Amino acid sequence: MEKTVKSTLSNKEEMLELLHQMQVIRTFEEQVEKLFQAGEIGGTMHLCIGQEASAVGACSVLERKDKIITTHRGHGHSIAKGMDIGRMMAELLGRATGYCHGKGGSMHIADLDVGHLGANGIVGAGLPIATGAALASKMKDLGYVVVCFFGDGATNEGAFHEALNLASIWDLPVVFICENNQYGMSGSVKEMINIEHIATRATSYGIPGKLIDGNDIIQVMETVQEAVERARRGEGPTLIEAETYRWRGHSRSDARKYRTREEEAFWRKNRDPIALFKNKLIVEEIITEEDFAQLVEQVQKEVNDAVEFARNSPMPSIDSLENDVYA
Amino acid sequence: MREITYLEAVREAMVQEMRVNNDVFLMGEDIGIYGGPFGLTKGMIEEFGPERVRNTPISESALTGSAVGAALMGMRPIVELQFSDFITVAMDNIVNQAAKIRYMFGGKGKVPIVVRTPSGSGVGFAAQHSQSLEAWFTHVPGLKVVQPSTPYDAKGLFRAAIEDDNPVLFYEHKLLYGLKGEVPEESYSIPLGKADVKREGSDITIVATSIMVQRALEAAKLLEAQGISVEVVDPRTLFPLDEETIVNSVKKTGRVIVVYEAVKRGGFGAEIASLIAESEAFDYLDAPIIRLGGAAVPIPYNTILEQKAVPQIDDIVKAAQSILNKVTV
Repeated sequence: MEKTVKSTLSNKEEMLELLHQMQVIRTFEEQVEKLFQAGEIGGTMHLCIGQEASAVGACSVLERKDKIITTHRGHGHSIAKGMDIGRMMAELLGRATGYCHGKGGSMHIADLDVGHLGANGIVGAGLPIATGAALASKMKDLGYVVVCFFGDGATNEGAFHEALNLASIWDLPVVFICENNQYGMSGSVKEMINIEHIATRATSYGIPGKLIDGNDIIQVMETVQEAVERARRGEGPTLIEAETYRWRGHSRSDARKYRTREEEAFWRKNRDPIALFKNKLIVEEIITEEDFAQLVEQVQKEVNDAVEFARNSPMPSIDSLENDVYA
Repeated sequence: MREITYLEAVREAMVQEMRVNNDVFLMGEDIGIYGGPFGLTKGMIEEFGPERVRNTPISESALTGSAVGAALMGMRPIVELQFSDFITVAMDNIVNQAAKIRYMFGGKGKVPIVVRTPSGSGVGFAAQHSQSLEAWFTHVPGLKVVQPSTPYDAKGLFRAAIEDDNPVLFYEHKLLYGLKGEVPEESYSIPLGKADVKREGSDITIVATSIMVQRALEAAKLLEAQGISVEVVDPRTLFPLDEETIVNSVKKTGRVIVVYEAVKRGGFGAEIASLIAESEAFDYLDAPIIRLGGAAVPIPYNTILEQKAVPQIDDIVKAAQSILNKVTV
């Protein structure tokens, strides 16, 4: 059964759920940051704070059978597709109860049961995999659509070109969503791409290209819904460029010398996707400031529970080192 | 029994698997009406249609990457890379994605793809169409590597590769495509990880792979005329590797030559030599192990130079004569 476009704010419960998910992503990531600073989480991490609207907006129009594939900045997509934050936190703490039994970590988190085909540590690598997953849907008539998230940097990889071309000539049910957060590590899109909008690259493949405000969740939902319906009708892929901004650095070691604090302050103050949506809901009298304060408090508790679950989970057994290399 | 070529044996295996399993399909460049660069897929598009014999753009990355995605979702894709050298263009999808997904995901999902590809030198295609790069992939946990040397093995190993739930690299040697041999018409499977003693002997063990199995067999005939009895062991798969058959043969003969086409330096022959040295067979050695491999050069175009770059029958004969003169104390 297909969902209808939610272009209005009429469904109060659904709107509250979207706000809730965005807040969960924000709080989850802030908590991850603290745990990293405290030394409880090792390795590295790539936070998507400031980009919550594209993840929640896109996944909200998908059915459970639909698939997503994401990037090394994929916590938000994972939560939005329905993954449990306790098991996610456990994975980040390297525990046996984590989604990958502590073997994947943040960059490789996956849950095939909810249609999450995996985060990826290689920029752009998810695009051909998404294309292949969509090919399987078409060949076996499985009816699912694949949504592939990637960043602006990935659009300069060969895999981007090859995957879009292949998906286009075979009319595959895949939606390519470029979250243009303005930087590929330290490389600004202005320096790395000589065209104004990544969405225009779609013309090279004969598919629709849509440029949207990635921090406006309603716009994300409407655009992705349209692309998903097109894919389901067998009309092929769409390239969506969602303009957004990552508030934090690329990863923990990033001192952000390549951009100004003024620029960061501008996006935080004016383009915070959660504040934008919350204010819209307040204007429409769907919620009050008090309701939102209550939501923030409730979400903090959910995230605390996730941390508690992770901390109380066992480490993987040493014997598991060589398990699952081969099927 | 009827005889067919190595090329026909691979095709027959593919056709038979595609007839019994709708999840099996083929993707590659020019594999449709053209039939592939060596004509191996000729006639397949007529039987299975363009959906299952998918002609792709020249896109090795998208080709192998999409095979990974399709496999993860329950299909069993066969990818043809026109020349094994082109694997370098698809490296990320094989090494970082196909090989690691299951482990990274904590044991969920599987990637049953077969990448089949012609490798090796001997036909004047020069440096970018003649390499033997199979050893690279034995270094990557999560992959399996197959190198059939006869039409019979090619057919049986192919079925095992397609039935395997892991990514398998299936190396066909260009010079073997025309080789004829007895092959049953019915479908059969040869387990991956099972070596074959291609010829029994008592003086020297030659462990050879791919085309070198045929050269070792030719050398063995010449050596037999000189009164030297050679056993030829063909591992058939580099991983999983049948260590037991190799070790047992060396225990019997006490002398071993490892022959392979790839560059000797850093090659798989060192792995086989080490496994012998680390095994109980070490105590049975009557002479140091000899490795015969390719010269450390890109494959040259000129025929004389090209032949000089990789072991030939004569090189194997000379190595066998020399190992008989070397005695360890």
